[in-house]
Amino acid sequence: MTLPTRRDEEWRYADFAALETLAPEEFGQWKEIELAPGETRRKCLVLDGSGPELHRVRLTVGEGARAELFAVNAGGDYTRLEVVVRLAKGAHFEFGGVTIGGGAATREFVTRLDHAEPEATSHQVVRAVHWGQATGNFLGRIEVARNAQKTDAAQDFKGLILERGASTNAKPELVIYADDVKCAHGAAIGQMDETARFYMAARGLPPEVAQRLLVRAFVADAFAALDDEAERETMLDAALKALGDRG
Amino acid sequence: MLSIQNLHATVGGTEILRGLSLEVNAGEVHAIMGPNGAGKSTLAYVLGGRPGYEVTGGTVTFSPLPLAGGAGGGSVAASAAHDPTRPHLTPPASGRGIDLLALEPHERAAAGLFLGFQYPVEIPGVSNVQFLREALNAQRKARGEGPLSGGEFLKLAREKAALLKFDMEMLKRPVNVGFSGGEKKRAEMVQMGILDPAFAVLDETDSGLDIDALRIVGEGINSIMRKPDKAVLLITHYQRLLDYVRPDFVHVLAKGRIVKSGGAELAHQLESEGYEMVAA
Repeated sequence: MTLPTRRDEEWRYADFAALETLAPEEFGQWKEIELAPGETRRKCLVLDGSGPELHRVRLTVGEGARAELFAVNAGGDYTRLEVVVRLAKGAHFEFGGVTIGGGAATREFVTRLDHAEPEATSHQVVRAVHWGQATGNFLGRIEVARNAQKTDAAQDFKGLILERGASTNAKPELVIYADDVKCAHGAAIGQMDETARFYMAARGLPPEVAQRLLVRAFVADAFAALDDEAERETMLDAALKALGDRG
Repeated sequence: MLSIQNLHATVGGTEILRGLSLEVNAGEVHAIMGPNGAGKSTLAYVLGGRPGYEVTGGTVTFSPLPLAGGAGGGSVAASAAHDPTRPHLTPPASGRGIDLLALEPHERAAAGLFLGFQYPVEIPGVSNVQFLREALNAQRKARGEGPLSGGEFLKLAREKAALLKFDMEMLKRPVNVGFSGGEKKRAEMVQMGILDPAFAVLDETDSGLDIDALRIVGEGINSIMRKPDKAVLLITHYQRLLDYVRPDFVHVLAKGRIVKSGGAELAHQLESEGYEMVAA
């Protein structure tokens, strides 16, 4: 098998020093998941290992089926979740992801959606919160086939940099061959709102508590579509645990 | 309760406060009036400790009474002051005053200072209830008091919202998000009621209020803060709020210092004659 290089678009922000420590066969390990027509399935993932990690998933979503994937990527070293999705007619793919952490690690989500048939929908929300020298990436490619009319695909990325030195990269990529489709994408990167922080301090909230509330509100968008309160809290807690370990 | 001596402060390198002195005793309401650019909001932000507002001279001593309201007054400041890791917080030798300017903004709040914002800040994704419960419990923790439970907090919030005729449902929404100008100011007063400070600095709380809201806010200030162990510094452009919250003293701030002080009648004189005449 051919190993990725930096010239491959989907690997352009990867940490190659970390990748070199992985065995070549790890690159070929794809997890195959298939949803039958009409099936609904949800998966919540928390990636918080200590070494470099590759998670590669190939998802085939049958007609009218609904696949939901929610992930916290708080790995201690290079951690990549890569999802390739094929959507049949009227299928839906929901993705909510948070990369969060400090140190020097790169954490990334790479999604490639194939709207292969008409009337499929997809909704992706990614939030990145980083400090130290860390990097958070979201590379999201959406392809809409020539016959996939009435496709509705939306992708939204926001990055929050807590300290100078951290960075985030967003790379939306839309390849559309059909004409009657809706494809929306947005990307924004910013810093903590200092006015809000002072307002919260003026009410007695210590800086670390104010920051936790603001970060929680920021990452909550990624799990807004997770229709199970207990699971949503678990994912939020997993994301905020990384913040708690800060420093 | 609050003693400001010869306070100088700069914003972005420009001196805005130029030797401001003011004494506010427990039980008093002081109004500060003055033209645009006089330094009124700067005074509020300097007292609150906003980053970017640099004190270049003078002192501010805060002496909340030991039993001030539910806020408990100076205990936190006293404990912060005796924190051996922060020797610069040592209180002045005379009395039990705290060097307010040495405290972080959240420590000032826990010591009993409340800053009402001219433009209350929107915080998407954080509900008023969550925000205020965290804030109150952070203040209580800093004072060595136990946290309020969810139920206890909601009871308190309901009581204070009713006082300000503020819809409890709005307190479940994100802080100030989608609130009208008047709703934001009323929400500020609900926050003040819940946090129960010893000293409130209210920066143009009357701006953006219609006549009914002005009356409700005025009555709210009276019921929350018109107490023998509390004091208020009302910063305002206009006399109209003072019809509801009658000040004991009125001061005219011009070019960074207080140029004239008087009783409530001074506000009327300012309203009819203008700042230039009175401050001249």
